[in-house]
Amino acid sequence: MVMSETIKEARHSYLDAPYGLKSWLLTRDHKRIAMLYLISITIFFMLGGLFAAGIRLELLTPKGDIWSADLYNKMFSMHGVIMVFFFLVPSIPATLGNFFVPIMIGTKDLAFPRINLLSWYLYVIGGVIALIVLAMGGIDTGWTFYTPYSSFASNTNVTLAIVGVFVAGFSSILTGFNFIVTVHRMRAPGMTWFRLPLFVWAQYATSLVMILGTPVVAITLTLVAAERTLHLGIFDPKIGGDPVLFQHLFWFYSHPAVYIMILPGMGVISELVAAMSRKQIFGYGFVAASSLAIAILGFLVWGHHLFVSSQSIYAGMVFSIITMLVAVPSAVKTFNWAATMYKGAVSWESPTFWVVGFMGLFLIGGLTGLYLAAMGMDIALHDTYFVVAHFHYIMVGGAIMAFMGGLHFWWPKMTGRMYNEGLAKAAAVLVFVGFNFTFFPQFILGYLGMPRRYYAYPDEFQVWNVLSSAGASVLGIGYMLVFTYMMYSLFRGEPAPANPWGAKGLEWTTSSPPPTFNFDEDPIVTEPAYDYKPAGSEVIVG
Amino acid sequence: MSSSFPLFPPSASSVATEMDLLYLFITGVCAFFTVVVTLVVVYFTIKYKRRSPNDVGADIHGSLVLELTWTIIPLILSLIMFGWGASLFYRLSRPPSDAMEITVVGKQWMWKVQHPEGVREINELHVPLGHNVRLTLGSEDVIHDFAIPAFRVKIDVVPGKFTTMWFNATQIGTYHIFCAQYCGTKHSGMIGQVIVMTPQDYEAWLAGGRSTGSAAQNGERLFADLSCITCHKADATGRGPSLIGLYGSTVQLADGRKVVADDNYLRESIMNSQAKIVQGFQPIMPAFQTQISEENLLQLLAYLKSLKPATAAPAPAHEK
Repeated sequence: MVMSETIKEARHSYLDAPYGLKSWLLTRDHKRIAMLYLISITIFFMLGGLFAAGIRLELLTPKGDIWSADLYNKMFSMHGVIMVFFFLVPSIPATLGNFFVPIMIGTKDLAFPRINLLSWYLYVIGGVIALIVLAMGGIDTGWTFYTPYSSFASNTNVTLAIVGVFVAGFSSILTGFNFIVTVHRMRAPGMTWFRLPLFVWAQYATSLVMILGTPVVAITLTLVAAERTLHLGIFDPKIGGDPVLFQHLFWFYSHPAVYIMILPGMGVISELVAAMSRKQIFGYGFVAASSLAIAILGFLVWGHHLFVSSQSIYAGMVFSIITMLVAVPSAVKTFNWAATMYKGAVSWESPTFWVVGFMGLFLIGGLTGLYLAAMGMDIALHDTYFVVAHFHYIMVGGAIMAFMGGLHFWWPKMTGRMYNEGLAKAAAVLVFVGFNFTFFPQFILGYLGMPRRYYAYPDEFQVWNVLSSAGASVLGIGYMLVFTYMMYSLFRGEPAPANPWGAKGLEWTTSSPPPTFNFDEDPIVTEPAYDYKPAGSEVIVG
Repeated sequence: MSSSFPLFPPSASSVATEMDLLYLFITGVCAFFTVVVTLVVVYFTIKYKRRSPNDVGADIHGSLVLELTWTIIPLILSLIMFGWGASLFYRLSRPPSDAMEITVVGKQWMWKVQHPEGVREINELHVPLGHNVRLTLGSEDVIHDFAIPAFRVKIDVVPGKFTTMWFNATQIGTYHIFCAQYCGTKHSGMIGQVIVMTPQDYEAWLAGGRSTGSAAQNGERLFADLSCITCHKADATGRGPSLIGLYGSTVQLADGRKVVADDNYLRESIMNSQAKIVQGFQPIMPAFQTQISEENLLQLLAYLKSLKPATAAPAPAHEK
């Protein structure tokens, strides 16, 4: 790469002119919108993390002694609402997806750039409403808003919180809609469906879930608000409603929402495994199809949250068997990732650390779902800490590890800066170790019978709770370390080359950071994804 | 709780051992896959470590045989887990017909228990060793969940309906009762103890408890007080259907449907009497939705269950 080109590209970067705040707040550039999202979700992640710290602090001792019971209940509720609706759901799609879907398919922007900006504003409005709820004292219903507690018994700001979630929901509907149209209509010449990077497949599958599922939860929560404010009898049996109906409607979205959170992570891992091993992904078709299978089957398993809710046992059996089927495409993905590394050229750079960490944690997270899907077993484990451990392994161990991996992998492209490799590896190890210490003891607590959302607990559970809280502090330090060196990198990092990992994919053919319209010349695709060839290979590092 | 790092709760019911076996089976399968895949990944990471900056992996695209193998094996294993899990769940959902019936009402934030003989207790549940015990549970306010980890049983307690669970205690002792469904401020204080006693001790405990008559007798009194008796007579002359032998029978409705008269049918027919009209009768019964507490409703139910057809000898609700 000659000097004059570098300078020319630097001048074209999307981060450059115009510079002002207004140019960012009114931008239609998907990359800038991705960065806006990255800043906003980071703020919410820290806030959610703060509540997590409060929870783990209280649970150090069996007695309820640090916070009041009400404050504790509000902390876990706000932790859940913020982490699920304002961090996990938008995390990968709205940041890495927003940034890379158009670049990976070789186009200038998303199909509807203004709608993309609108979706960020909706997210911010929803987020501000959540902050107002927080300032007014928070809510104490848990993130699940179960009726009739949420509809008549809670005297917190449930209605306003619902408005916040409702508005933020539209942000994810619009993002999903934008991605689907973009993938259908804007692929570069030669970018056929089966040449799409698997990250794009995963985003596509996620988008389907977003536009089909989100309206249901929005309406369901609106019904709760209607029951609270207008006393319409929908869920409260005292005025003619059915409380279990809420659970059906809520989980019809919220189970697929789990896949909104993890599918994009799986897409990130597919990219990273291939790039860090410099090898064609093993079983491309199976990995792509398994994303769609998970997205579709994910809509048919909501009843596994209701095994002990007085649901018909025959309905339970149908939900149980379909849930077991979801395990299969997840297993297929994992085996394919492992097989991709076989005879690869596996880099020991930092993204690999996050990938290997992801695989260990996701395996445990996915497999422990089998306990909960087996109906008889669920009787013992339902609503205990086992469930808490299971979904944290999926959402934190899976989704956030993948997000971190993706962020480390694409950070040089997004910011044009490198970060400290040694610190990045150390952070991956810290997070992995801290995570396991935090959440593995909770599986044991669950089988011992400790229920979720307990502010105080019997003495014999303390030893595992202390381990968990100790692990959480290591986990917290790990995340803070990432934040610190990334901030340093943003302002002081070494300039990044166009292709620091020597990876395939259109995003690595343009400069770091990319120009406003992504490519100086419109790309034409002539090869499949991950086309690493041993003989005469022309991988260019840098 | 002898170990300072406990792994299993006390094992004190007839299903605990099987539940633990299922738990260990799934744990075995999960541990096997976790260890194997992790070792393989770590091995590949070391064995195929990139040697020079321009190294590229081998040109391998996939293998149909491998894909089918790792689709079919997990499928079979997960179906075994489904089958075992469903079978255990089925058995835990079907109380044995000889079970004695204790009623439990949850409210923020306590458990109110009533034994068939009429003895009541709060946040404690005394049960005889080796007897099948069926709990019928109702809630006065929000959803609760009645969980006894030592028995490996748990069921949501849902306002507006009755749920049931059953167990057979196999170990004398005192065990935790937890509310497992979040129900507000003192959710973690909605706890109690189940006390398993020898049948003799249980009888002695019952005899020492204060009782205002059995649940069925209290129900009979309510049946008169609420004037149910004016329409629902013992013979077919009343304005409402006779309730003798109703429980567990099949009822022909005016709209052509047939329903089994179980706990929740009786509940609905009392609380929201217009919901299902029996064939040949007029929809004239008032709804008692706001007039009967959960506990009174359970007593009425106990009375209705005790109304056996004349051919059988009139029996008390609780037979040992």
